[in-house]
Amino acid sequence: MISIQQLSKTYTSKEGTVVGVDDVSLSINQGEVFGIVGYSGAGKSTLLRCLNILERPTNGKVTIDGIDLMSLSSKELRKARQSIGMIFQGFHLTMAKTVVENVGFALKAAGVGRVERKQRAEELLELVGLSDKANQYPAQLSGGQKQRVSIARALANNPKVLLCDEATSALDPNTTQSILHLLKKINKELGLTIVLITHEMEVVKEICDRCAVMEQGRVVEEGDTYDIFANPQNELTERFIKTVIDFTIPEALLKKTQGTIVLLKFTGELAGEAIVSDLLQEHRIRGNILHGKIDYIQEKPLGTFVMELKGDEQEVNRALASLGATLGEVEVIENDRSTDYTMARAE
Amino acid sequence: MIDQLITLWPELSKSFIDTLIMVGIGLVVSFVVGLPLGLLLFVTDRDLFLENKWVKSITGVIVNLVRSVPFIILLVFLFPFTDLLLGTTTGPVAASVSLSVAAIPFYARIVESSARDIDRGVIEAAISCGASPWLIIKDIIFPEIKSGLISGLTITAISLVGYSAMAGTIGGGGIGDLAIRYGYYRYDNFVMFTTVILLIVMVQVIQYVGDFTAKSVKKS
Ligand SMILES: Nc1ncnc2c1ncn2[C@@H]1O[C@H](COP(=O)(O)OP(=O)(O)OP(=O)(O)O)[C@@H](O)[C@H]1O
Ligand SMILES: [Mg+2]
Repeated sequence: MISIQQLSKTYTSKEGTVVGVDDVSLSINQGEVFGIVGYSGAGKSTLLRCLNILERPTNGKVTIDGIDLMSLSSKELRKARQSIGMIFQGFHLTMAKTVVENVGFALKAAGVGRVERKQRAEELLELVGLSDKANQYPAQLSGGQKQRVSIARALANNPKVLLCDEATSALDPNTTQSILHLLKKINKELGLTIVLITHEMEVVKEICDRCAVMEQGRVVEEGDTYDIFANPQNELTERFIKTVIDFTIPEALLKKTQGTIVLLKFTGELAGEAIVSDLLQEHRIRGNILHGKIDYIQEKPLGTFVMELKGDEQEVNRALASLGATLGEVEVIENDRSTDYTMARAE
Repeated sequence: MIDQLITLWPELSKSFIDTLIMVGIGLVVSFVVGLPLGLLLFVTDRDLFLENKWVKSITGVIVNLVRSVPFIILLVFLFPFTDLLLGTTTGPVAASVSLSVAAIPFYARIVESSARDIDRGVIEAAISCGASPWLIIKDIIFPEIKSGLISGLTITAISLVGYSAMAGTIGGGGIGDLAIRYGYYRYDNFVMFTTVILLIVMVQVIQYVGDFTAKSVKKS
């Protein structure tokens, strides 16, 4: 649906050049919710703004639905933008227009006549659950309501793609949830492809099918959201995931432990509790769960357990090896032997 | 005192009307020409949707040139042009030529600066909707700056009252001219005070009407 090839954007000024996006290639499929995460200044907004040429890339190519956006004349580009909706962190509504007029503006831009405009704008407000606010001004609305208006405006011309620049960053957790639900709903019902940037991994976990992690203008990791969470490759990605799945054991507690501390991840169909109880029965060791949590990502469970294993050294090692065989990976966080049981299965 | 007022009346009312003509024409022209000029200055600015370095700098330079010439000099400088345009350099209509020339860039800068106060994001959102430049100007920028435009007209009108006094003294007529002729050349304090009071009242009325209108168009 969206193909980004070797895209770069540099800003040149008297003070020198700043790299916004550095040689990014991505492809985003029809109907998926694609997340882009990264810290402030990573180039997320710049990349997103290149997707509707709000920012003209310095190099590379952007194709949406088979149309090479950079080759279009300004009139053709305006037409293309009508099928690429965009919403922003700051909503960007016109304060001097009512809610229904704000939505109607997008339709006006597409040349829709007055009567049809009114009807369509009302339909859209219905879709985002704001029918009763049609004749109010944005100043009279809450943040979440404003974002709903801007979603209605972005959807006005039946776009194929919706770009979201930190759409929930200005909202409280509850409102964030409701906006994310709305986005998921329109993704499902309208088959809309959504590209969403955020610095909150929670948002990615909530609704993204796939995601990319950016740092200094580059994509450092990309993949299926579940895989990224289950098996992050990059150190930055790991840090992001820790903001959602935090299994750091307090230092004081660690000091009190004597055994081997292991981190176990149960992915997909593996049922964590059963494996742990089997383990304790089959080996002559004692186990103590320090942390245990199951997160649902893309409706698939991801269990994260931190355990302290106590007993005879050899017996513990054997237990670890068999765990490694079932799980594929067991990370030993702390012991004096520091053996790596990763890929024990391969033996 | 009543007697004095009665004798002065014909001249006073004529001067008043002359001032109104000068301010009125100046105001209309500055609006009609200054508004598009101000918008042009805005939309051709860096990072805006009609960014154009050349248009921006040339317009900017012309506007600054006119604004940097002291009005009294501009007035004399424009005499030949006024003569060419109207065949005369005296009377309120002739005076309003230079008043307009001075007021256009003044108002254009006011328009530009109130447009700058618009949140860039709002304009960006309009661009991302695929709106044409004209639609953005008409439907986004204009409504957002409407009350600023009216406040700007108020400021321009008040400046025009002041400038019209200067223009009046070299052939334009009007209240300023009356004050100078009687108050300055003949030491007639009565006329002096009457005209000053009249000017104060005029400025107050403009300010009041301007503020009221600006407030009433400001929705949200
Ligand atoms: N118009 C611009 N002119 C110059 N440099 C810019 C411009 N826009 C962005 N940059 C630079 O490009 C880099 C990426 O900025 P960008 O806004 O894309 O970051 P971001 O990931 O969206 O950050 P945030 O989470 O804070 O929004 C930054 O170093 C920024 O300073
Ligand atoms: Mg950003």
